[in-house]
Parts: sequence; structure tokens; C-alpha cells
Amino acid sequence: MPESRLAATLRNSTALRSMLRYSAISLTALAVFAAILLLAGKNPLKAYVDTFSYTLANAYGFSELLVRMTPLLLTAVAVALPSRLGLINVGGEGQLYMGAWLASAGALLFPGAPRWALLPLVAVMGFLGGALFAALPGVLRAAKLVNETIATLLLNYIAPLIVSYSIFGPWRDPGSSAYPQSPVFPEAALLTSFFNTRIHAGLFLALAVLGAYWLLLEKTHWGVEMRAIGGNAEAAQRLGIPVAAWIVVALAIGGGIAGLAGMGEVMGVHGRLRQGLSPGYGFTGFLIAWLAGGRPLGILFMAFLFAIITSAGDTLQITQGLPYAVVNILLAVILFIVLARRPMRGASK
Amino acid sequence: MNPIAPILEVRRITKRYGAVTANDQVDLSLYGGEVHALLGENGAGKSTLSKVIYGFTRPDSGEILLAGKQVVVPTPREARALGIGMVFQNFMLIPALSVLENIALFLTDLPFIVHPKTIEKRIREFGERFGLVVDPSAPVRQLSVGDQQKVEILKLLLAQARVLILDEPTKVLAPHEVSALFRIFESLKAEGYSILFITHKLREVMACADRITVMRQGRVVGGFGPGEADLDALVTMMFGGQEAAEQLEPAERAVPPSGVGSILELRGASCPAQGSETVLRGLDLTIGAGEIVGVAGVSGSGQKELGDLILGLRSLSVGSKWFCGVDASSWSIARMRENGVAFVPEDPLLMAAVPGMSVRENLVLGTGSRYWKGVSVDWSALETAMGESFHALAFPVPRLDPPAGALSGGNLQRIVIAREMAHKPKLVVALYPTRGLDVRSATSVRDLLRRAREGGSGILLISEDLEELAEMSDRMFVLYGGALVGEFKRGEWQLEEVGHLMTGSRGAAHA
Amino acid sequence: MTTPLVLGVLAGAVLSGTSLLYATLGETIVERSGIVNLGLEGLLLIGASVGFSVTAATGNAWLGLAAAALAGGLANALFGWLVVTRMANQLASGLAMMFFGFGVSALVGAPYIGSVIVGLPKWRPAWLASLPWVESTTLFNYDLLTWVAIPAATFVWWALFRTRWGLGVRAVGESPAAAFAAGRNPAALQYQALCSGGVLAGVAGAHLSLSLTLTWAEYMTAGRGFIAIALVIFSKWHPLRAIVGALLFGGTEALQLQLQARGSEISPFLLEMAPYLLTLVVLLAWGGSRRLAAPASLGRTFYGSD
Repeated sequence: MPESRLAATLRNSTALRSMLRYSAISLTALAVFAAILLLAGKNPLKAYVDTFSYTLANAYGFSELLVRMTPLLLTAVAVALPSRLGLINVGGEGQLYMGAWLASAGALLFPGAPRWALLPLVAVMGFLGGALFAALPGVLRAAKLVNETIATLLLNYIAPLIVSYSIFGPWRDPGSSAYPQSPVFPEAALLTSFFNTRIHAGLFLALAVLGAYWLLLEKTHWGVEMRAIGGNAEAAQRLGIPVAAWIVVALAIGGGIAGLAGMGEVMGVHGRLRQGLSPGYGFTGFLIAWLAGGRPLGILFMAFLFAIITSAGDTLQITQGLPYAVVNILLAVILFIVLARRPMRGASK
Repeated sequence: MNPIAPILEVRRITKRYGAVTANDQVDLSLYGGEVHALLGENGAGKSTLSKVIYGFTRPDSGEILLAGKQVVVPTPREARALGIGMVFQNFMLIPALSVLENIALFLTDLPFIVHPKTIEKRIREFGERFGLVVDPSAPVRQLSVGDQQKVEILKLLLAQARVLILDEPTKVLAPHEVSALFRIFESLKAEGYSILFITHKLREVMACADRITVMRQGRVVGGFGPGEADLDALVTMMFGGQEAAEQLEPAERAVPPSGVGSILELRGASCPAQGSETVLRGLDLTIGAGEIVGVAGVSGSGQKELGDLILGLRSLSVGSKWFCGVDASSWSIARMRENGVAFVPEDPLLMAAVPGMSVRENLVLGTGSRYWKGVSVDWSALETAMGESFHALAFPVPRLDPPAGALSGGNLQRIVIAREMAHKPKLVVALYPTRGLDVRSATSVRDLLRRAREGGSGILLISEDLEELAEMSDRMFVLYGGALVGEFKRGEWQLEEVGHLMTGSRGAAHA
Repeated sequence: MTTPLVLGVLAGAVLSGTSLLYATLGETIVERSGIVNLGLEGLLLIGASVGFSVTAATGNAWLGLAAAALAGGLANALFGWLVVTRMANQLASGLAMMFFGFGVSALVGAPYIGSVIVGLPKWRPAWLASLPWVESTTLFNYDLLTWVAIPAATFVWWALFRTRWGLGVRAVGESPAAAFAAGRNPAALQYQALCSGGVLAGVAGAHLSLSLTLTWAEYMTAGRGFIAIALVIFSKWHPLRAIVGALLFGGTEALQLQLQARGSEISPFLLEMAPYLLTLVVLLAWGGSRRLAAPASLGRTFYGSD
């Protein structure tokens, strides 16, 4: 029977199976979200059709998806890496802002530097901005003083204020008095764009980071130690693995990767520092990493999927007059479904 | 009370957990005013049966009769309404709440607005009647284990239970506390209460039980009426005739160690504590090469803290720690392990292995940088070395790919031991190494520790099982409240005295 | 500091402390039952938007308040379905509730952005108004929710520590297995705690939009939910200590607003960081002693007795 062969193929292909599962979840979530939109007196079918025609149906829309996917890949890895040690980094949003901020500082401090020096400098500073911002909760957690979940959440509210302070104050572009933003960065600091679209070098950086994440965790002895901490921190400690140091390092690397996402946004998309850099990329990255269970291919697939979903937020805003934030309901519904259908035991034991 | 008809009867109880049948067609009856011992080794199904009776676990089939009438006990709430009460092995007390709150929580007739005074009065009444005196306002976390047990029994009495089930109540008690418990049994019996007493200790059964039911591998294998039982018959029944006597007679050691170098030395070592941990105070302790040093104590006396201090997980506030003649006071655990300290824990899945990682990866954990090759791991060198270790210990080499969490407790313990012994440790810290293991696995762990001793390792054996300590130790220390309150050489200790020292009921007496 | 500044800060501390206190009380009940709800921020947003929208639509702030309380309770019941019935991970479920609150509040509030409402009525007893310095300020000019805030905290304390129900809730938070063995139903108690906590969170959100700001804006709670979670730790899971915490944080916010209003030299963005930094400092200072006071089973899933 053809069904049984299909079933056998499915059983044997975990990748295919999980993709089907994700798709089933997404479809259910879309149906629930459609019901909510209907209740609010909106036309969900039109919203979905519009979203499709703005994104997948033409080359420009598709390129914009990849632009949106770039920070999502990075913020997802920023969550996934610490999660392998059992750490919950919900501070991707703040770390992204701090990466953008410190990268901007680099570009503004050395406007005359040559490209071969400025570009790496800006990238390193972007990484450092996020890394230092995440190292703080890391240290607090390692010293068993403050839980990293609540600390990273709180820091999300501080980072955008630092950015606002800078662009309303010392870095304000005198040329654009109406709109608070930094001056345009020197050409040498900007990431190369490709194919006449807004796709920038950050996309390839993000893919490289995703690959490096997999290699680090699965193929090195550092990865063995990190996974041991995530699997059983008490045992890891007793076996002489430097747990406290790894906690700080892993959160810092994660934060640094989120910082790279911020660097990519200012250096690849905006060309200057401004408010509202991220419509919640850090939080969306958390969802992606969590839903993908930290698996690299899962992150790739989910980042693409979530790029489409968050595009729906824009569509709602443009065509239905709804706030972008409404798309959060769709994200929440997806999470609800996944959370509710997880096997009751086993996963946590 | 009709002595002919049982108060409680269970018939053909069956309970399966996956492929394991914990209870297989079990029958049992309990009469008024008797102490009925349910005897069997670990895993015989005693706890499962008691949880079924108490409604904590639902049986797959079988029935329960109370005073001749069939009853259904889907949850503990129904059990309590029927007058059945249970004291769990690990107790069901809430450490953060007071004695009074713990008891109030349990009362079926508690009014919506709680009146502490009324409950306190009832606690004192029952306490005096049955010799169960505790301070009602004390937080439970401050009570000794013996007092906690009194609270558990008081809970049941105040909630008007007539049938009391006690799951291994003596496991954590010192010898004189056990006798006190048996006196409480007597006074309860005199007032017509029925007691189902679950244990695997033969002597206790002989000391207090009116009737005995023996379980093995989930089945009832026999029973004895008052005065019928004798030790040999019980042993044969409990173990099915195999490896029975081993547990009872301590193996004597021919030659006590002499003139050996010290492996580890603590000099006036003190160490602060956090939360519910125990402060260690002024410990002086030497472990020589080729000797087993036992540490006795009731739980929470600082055993885990002592082990952690030696392993390098805690730092000293006062005093010093010497390892093979070198000051190791500030060494990290990684450095201690590199220099030849091994750790055999109580529960390997909790303290020494990562369940989600493969056996292979678990074997490389804790070996420091020994098998690093560039940024990766030299898996073949690791497999060779560990293969030799398994061989030397006469363990079968396990499959390396499955996750450690899929292994049974005994198999996992063997993997942990093979890893820990692979690099010829100078010192082995064994923290309750046989707790929760079946008799056969426990015996093999003890053998292994003895062999490590013959190989010249120093061994620190921390245990709450006095019989195990008496059997294994060359020297024995008693730990009480974070201080060493007694030291004995082999042959010099008397368990009764050790018991008193363990509970602080007698002043420190250095032998 | 000048007297008007001090009085202004005091008045503001009480006003903005009110919603923090209700939110903290709600989370305290929930956490006492062993559940941590990181989605409190979302609940506050739902309370604020529902309260505002219903008030704007009906013109009756009391109806708005009732609707907000109901919405908060229902939202936490949904959370309970995830973490109690479906035994889902509490932290992830909390974050899901946060997203849910972000989205639902934006949807509910969107039609009423810019609406003008009459908020909860405020009054000041005459004898208090006649006190020196008070008359020219907003001190003691409070709405009902503020007036009953401290009685509410006392009531929560009484319910948790002096009733059969509270004993059960605390027992479940410490050890669901022990509570179950004592004949209680852990799931039912957790649902009850969640619903009462949700009602309080809804009220807290409504107080923001119906008394403090009298407007609706997306994300207007600005992290108060997370601050309230920190306050629960600060107050060591004790309702009466939460009063102190709420006033402290209300004060920080009021001070910052007063400084801004008085044309302080310091950038408003830096001033706005104060509550978040203070929260971190408070967590840091209390972090060490925290483990003893926290419900022992907080954040763990009870899988039943088998």
C-alpha cells in the first residue's frame, strides 16, 4: 500500500518528520490566529494572501525575507548555545541593541579608518557589546546570586535606553534634527550588499556562525564539557569541569552572537544608529531556538518560517490597520500548541 | 476488636511499571492490635504494595477490604477517610513549615480558618499519651530524624488513622532510636492500632513483629504467625536461598595496616555552610594508603560536606588539607582529580553521569585534559584505556553508544567505577556507594572497594549503614553536627556506643 | 531636596506603587503554589488594555476594572492549563504568556488609542487635605484601589497563613507530593492560586491605565511585570513585605519623573534606567538568602504520584 510506504519513509526520516510536524503546528496556529482576527473584525484570509504575495511570491519579497532572517538566525544561536548548558538567555533583544551600539561607536570613533581595519573592528565591537552585556548576568548566575532568566529580561529594558540616550545626546546627527538618529556611518564600515537587494554580508556571517555553533558543540572537547553541564550540572561540577567559568563564557558568546545581529542591522540595513532597530528579533530568536530544540537545521528552517510569520505583522499593519505587535499572538499560539503537546514526561527527565 | 477477622485485607494486588511487575497477585491481611512485618530485600515490591493500600499508587488489578467490606482507594484522601495512614520512607513532611502546620495540613476536620491553639492542644495530648513529644511551633527542618518520625506518626494519630503503614521507618534511625520506636509500637498496639511495618532488617522483625509476611520479586513467598519465625527460615525465604549469610557476618581482615604513608590529612579543617548545609568544625582526619576509613553519622551530620571538602568542591575557612604530603588546601576539584582522587557516589545518575550523553562521552567526563587531541577528543585512546579498566575490574565492556540514562543503576555504577578506577587513584571518596543498590550489586561494590584497598589506595567510606561500616572499615569515625566526635579502631567499637555518638545522646568519647 | 519634591515623590510612590503591589501580591500567591509565571508582564498589559477599552466603550471605569480582573483571571487559567494540566515547562509557558499579552493587548487596545476616559474616581478626606503642605499636592488624593492596597496585602497574608486554603497552597508550593499524600488536590489548589493571582494582575494592569496614565499605549507597562517578579523575591514571598518593596520601587519611578518634570540636567533616558538597575541590585543583595525563603518546589512540574 502506498500509505504504508509513505509511513515507512516518514519513520526513517527524522528531518522530514520534524519538518512535517513544524508545518502541522504552524497550520494549526494560523487557523487559531485567523479565528482571533475574525473576532476582531478583520479578514484573515486577505491578511494571509497579502503576506504570501509580499514575501514568497516575488524575488524582492523573498530577498526581504532573507534580510529579516539574518538577525533571527543570530539571535536564535544566541539562545541555543547557552541553552545547551541549561541556561535561559531571554536577553537577545538587549544584547542586539548593545552590539549595535558598540559597533556604531567603532564606526563613529574611527571614521577615517580603511575598510580592511574598520570592518573587522566594527564586527568585533558588535560582538563585544553583546558579549559584555550578557557576561554580567553570566557572572551573577555563576556566583549563584541572580537567576539569568530574570537578569537578562531586565537588561532588555536598559539597552534601548542606552541607544536612545546616545542618539538624542552625544551622537545625534545635526543634519536630521527632526528625527533622532546618528550620522550616516562611513562607507568603510558598512557590510557589502548583494544582488541589488538589501541582502548583506551579515547573512553569510550568520550561516557561518550557525555552522561554527554546531562544530563547537558536537565536535570539540569544549562541546562535551558544555553539554555535560546542560545534562547534569551537579555531576559536571563533581567531575572537575569548570562550570562557573563555562556559564560566563557561554552566555558571553551567546550575547556576542546577538550583538553581531545588532551590528548587522546597523551596518547592513540602516547604515546608522536609530531607535526601534529591532521589532523583537531577540524574543523571536528565543522562540526559534526553543522550538528547534537547539538543532542547527531546525534553527535554519524555523528562522525562515518565522521570517514569514513576522512579515505578516507588517502586512497586518499596512493592509489591515492593526498594530505590528498583534503578530505576537501568532507567536504565542505556536508556543502554546508546542508546549501543550509535548510528551508529559521523559523530555524533562 | 475481633481477633479472628482482619481489619484490612488486600487480595490479588497486581501493579506493573512498564515491563517490571512490582506486585504480582499479592495477598495480605492485617489484624487489630498487631504489628505485622512486611519483609523483603530492596525491590521486592513492599513499598509499591503499601502505596497501593494508601491510594498513592493505583493497582492494575486486585481489591482491598476494610473490616470485611470492599473499598476503593483512588487517592490518599479516601485512604485517610477510611482510617488508613502511612509514613513514607523519605517522609512526607514539609521542612519549611512548622510541626503544627504539617499536622494541620493532614487533618480531615480542619476548619477553614485555622486555630493554632486548638491543634496545639491536641498535639500535646496525643504526644503525652504515646510518648511522641515534639515542639509544635518548631520548623520541621530543625528537627532530628527521630523527631520527624514522631511528627509523621502524630499526623496519622490526629487524623484518626487506625491502620498505620510505616515504610522502612528504621532506615535512618540510630540503634537506641529504633528501640524507642518499638516502645511506641507497643503503646499503640495496646490501644488497638494496627501497624504494618515494612523493613528488610531481620533483627528488627524478630524484635517487634507479631506476624511476618515475606516478599520476593513482587510476590508473597511466605508468612509466619506469632512465635513461628526463626532467623534461618526468614533468610532462606527472603533471598530464595542464595547469597544470604553474606550480609550478616562482617568479613574479618587478617592484617591491619601498619606503617603506611598518609594519603590525605585534614588538620583542624573547618568550612562554612549555606542554607540547610552543615558547618564543618575543626576536623582532624588522616587516611593512610591501603586502609578504609569509615565515617558514621545520621543524615545531615555533614557527610556530604566532608566528602565535598576532600574532593575540593568546598574551600576551608580554617585549617589545612594535605594530599600525599603536599598542601592541597586551595586545590580545585579538577586538580584533586588530576592528582589521583576518585569519587564513587550514592546515585551515579545524579552525581557522576550525564543521562542524556552516550556512555562513551560519559567515560571521557572527569578525565580532565588527558584525552584531548587538538580541539577534539582522542576517542580511540580513551576506549583503549577504559577497556583495560573494565577488564581489570572483571566488568563486561558495555556498549558505548546508548545514552547513560538508559542503563540500570547497577550497570551505570559499574561504568562510573571503571572510569574512576581507570587511572589508579590514590584516594577513593565513596559517598553512600551502595545506597539503593540490590544486594548483589552492593556486594560487588564493597568487593571493589576492598580490592582498591589491597592495591594501596586510601578509601574514605561515608555511609549511614552501620552494618556496612562495621564490615568494611579499618578505622571508623563518627560525625555529629559537623564535628568528629569519636574514633575507633577495628574491633574496638560497639555499635550501641557508636549509635549514641551519632545522635549526640552521649558526650564525645575518643577511644 | 525641597519639600515639594519630597511630597511629589511620596505621592507618586504611592500611586505607581499601587499597581506594583497588586501585581506582586498576585505573583506571590502563584509562586507560593509552586508556579513561577514569567508572563506577568503580559497579564499586566492585558489588564491595562482590557480595562481601558471597556472603560472607553462604556464610560464606566468600574466596569473596566471588573473586565480587567476577569481577563487576568482567565489568562492565568490558560497558563494553568499549560503548566498544570499539560505539565508544560513553566518558564517557556510564562514567556509564551508574555507574547500572548503583547499581542492581545495591542489588538484590544488598538481601536481606543487616543481615547479620552474618566478614570477611577479619586478623593481625599478633608482632614488630610487640611494638613500643611498637602493641599497643593496630589498626596492622599487616591482612588479606591490605592486606599485598599494595604488592606488587600493584609488579606492576602491572612488567606495564605491563616486559612485551610492557604495552608494547602503553601504545602503544594513546598511539596506537591506531600500535599497529595495529605489528601489535598495539588492541581486544584494551583488553579485556584493562579486564578486569584491573575485577577490581582488584571487589577494591577487596570490601575495603570485607569488611574495612573489614563491612556492606552502599546507596551505601556514597561517591564513592571518583571520588576514585580523581582519584588516577590525581594519580599521573600511574603505579602506584607511586598508593601515595602512596592513603595520603594514606586518611589524610584516617582523620583525619576519628578526630576524630569523639574528639568533635571540628567538625560531622561538614563533616569528611566533607575528602576531596572535598582531591581538588579535588589536581586543581587537578596540573592544569597533567597534559597531558604523560596517555595521548595517553585518552578517544578508535579507529575503525579506514580
